[in-house]
Amino acid sequence: MKALTLTRRVDTRTLIVSLLTALVAVSVVSLLIGAGSVSPSRVVAMLLGADDADARFVVWELRAPRTLIGLAVGMALGVSGALLQAVTRNPLAEPGLLGVSAGAAFAVALALVLGASAATLRIPVAQMGALAGCLCVLGVARWRGVGNDPVRLVLAGAAFSALLGALTSLILFFDQRSADEIRFWVIGSLAGRRLDDLLAVLPTIVVSGVLIALLARPLAALALGERMASGLGHHPRLIRALIILCVALLVGAATAIAGPIAFVGLVVPFVARAFVGPDIRRTLWVSLPTGPLIVLVADIVSRVVVAPSELPLGVLTALFGAPVLVAVVRARRLPML
Amino acid sequence: MKEVYNPPTLATKALGMSYGPRRVIHGLDVELPTGKVTAIVGPNGCGKSTLLAGLARLHKPDDGTVLLDGADIQNLPSRKLATQLALLPQEAVAPEGLTVTELIRFGRQPHQGWLRQWSAEDQRVVQHALGAAGLKNLAERPIDALSGGQRQRAWIAMTIAQQTPLLLLDEPTSALDLGHQIEVFELVRHLACDHGRTVVMVLHDLASACRYADHIIAMCDGQIVDQGAPEDVVTPALVRKLYQVECTLLTDPDTGSPLLANVRRAAPEPA
Repeated sequence: MKALTLTRRVDTRTLIVSLLTALVAVSVVSLLIGAGSVSPSRVVAMLLGADDADARFVVWELRAPRTLIGLAVGMALGVSGALLQAVTRNPLAEPGLLGVSAGAAFAVALALVLGASAATLRIPVAQMGALAGCLCVLGVARWRGVGNDPVRLVLAGAAFSALLGALTSLILFFDQRSADEIRFWVIGSLAGRRLDDLLAVLPTIVVSGVLIALLARPLAALALGERMASGLGHHPRLIRALIILCVALLVGAATAIAGPIAFVGLVVPFVARAFVGPDIRRTLWVSLPTGPLIVLVADIVSRVVVAPSELPLGVLTALFGAPVLVAVVRARRLPML
Repeated sequence: MKEVYNPPTLATKALGMSYGPRRVIHGLDVELPTGKVTAIVGPNGCGKSTLLAGLARLHKPDDGTVLLDGADIQNLPSRKLATQLALLPQEAVAPEGLTVTELIRFGRQPHQGWLRQWSAEDQRVVQHALGAAGLKNLAERPIDALSGGQRQRAWIAMTIAQQTPLLLLDEPTSALDLGHQIEVFELVRHLACDHGRTVVMVLHDLASACRYADHIIAMCDGQIVDQGAPEDVVTPALVRKLYQVECTLLTDPDTGSPLLANVRRAAPEPA
């Protein structure tokens, strides 16, 4: 906490411009390397006008969609993490830890077993699963009165997520057809995802974006406590309900495309707060480029560490994110949100 | 720049409220003198905070009404109410790292809208609130790095920035030492005397209520025992009824307000 209060705050605009610059750079790198055996120099040559059908295919059909999907998934997960932390006033809240991602994954697996085709229904089913999962965890936490203890809320969420994960595995174990269909999806990765999926979730991303923009100010006031927010003329319950809906829409969309990817939503707001302080409005603005930055960097790493094969992104974020969570919990005290 | 408010009247009529199944207050009729400081006093659990929550519309009454300028506050839009009445709950906590200015800026929210963003007027009001609360030098400090008294003044500054004619405070000095208590009380008096605000505060300390309030509402077991000016209301009999203690009442030679002296446990009542 001392570190937070002693570091001089960075000017938000400067920070966002730097992050956006970094994001552009990383996106270019994402076009240049990995995912298909076309070297950076061949890509550059192709972009400069060389007639190279292989390179054109790999860049425009494989790497470009993958980069775009990475941008969208990163934004959705980073922003969702920030929202979830604000709405629960819990610095450990994270879609992967509060049953949101697990709910989405389980719902999709269940829908497949019940006969839905993966292509058509995945997005709304994932979003409904995300909402149901999140409400279950928050509901149980409230009912058992553990909502005020950050660690216990996350424990409840992690236990519930583990349960849903086990049920998902069970479904896939017994239903070979759906197992084949979503085995690669359920690990969480940006590889081999289709641009159509991104286009399909675009409307819900836009809707939640607008909702979040309208709710940012009252959500910020919620950080002063429910009574204070009421005193400032807001409706805390309504705000919370709508924000959780946005989180479900975003995480459902991201999970429908890429599969469950943990810890991005935990790390991104942490980084953002360290730079711009606790106000959720600034945290959101900074999370918006930070999320895709982390996801793209992780995705690039996932392509090269075990080349020529790939490490799934979900595995990589878990490998890095879990130690971060442990470190954060072990820190002497958690920041109050 | 000096703003002087002309506050609307705030009153309750046969107000009854519960917490869960427990009936906390019943049949309360109060009228808060406009432009004055009112203190609600009484023993723990007498319903004084519940009354304040009712006045601020934080809890819905079971029966009776709270009237703002004669109209039931349940029917007012939340935003409109927030421009009339500011509330400082007990032990408000700011998120870690939030600075004094950032906190005070929240007070402008009822005046902002989706189309009306931060304005020069908002900026001016925030600066004024900083000055009024004596926080100009601490403007960029994080709230968690302030002393208790400074912190409480920062919260009050936020309610000043809300520019409401009515201000409700729930035990604003409960966790403060004597020096910090005086800081807060003098600020509260300034807001009422110099700006014409109606201030209502819940206090557990009867002595401070005598010293800083123009009007006292004494409560016991969810009902009003007496209300009026401190010198009229506070009597040894009232003190005994509220707190089961005996005392001798003196008059403060400087301010004329009642002083409690020789406070001691009351003898058990004869059976």
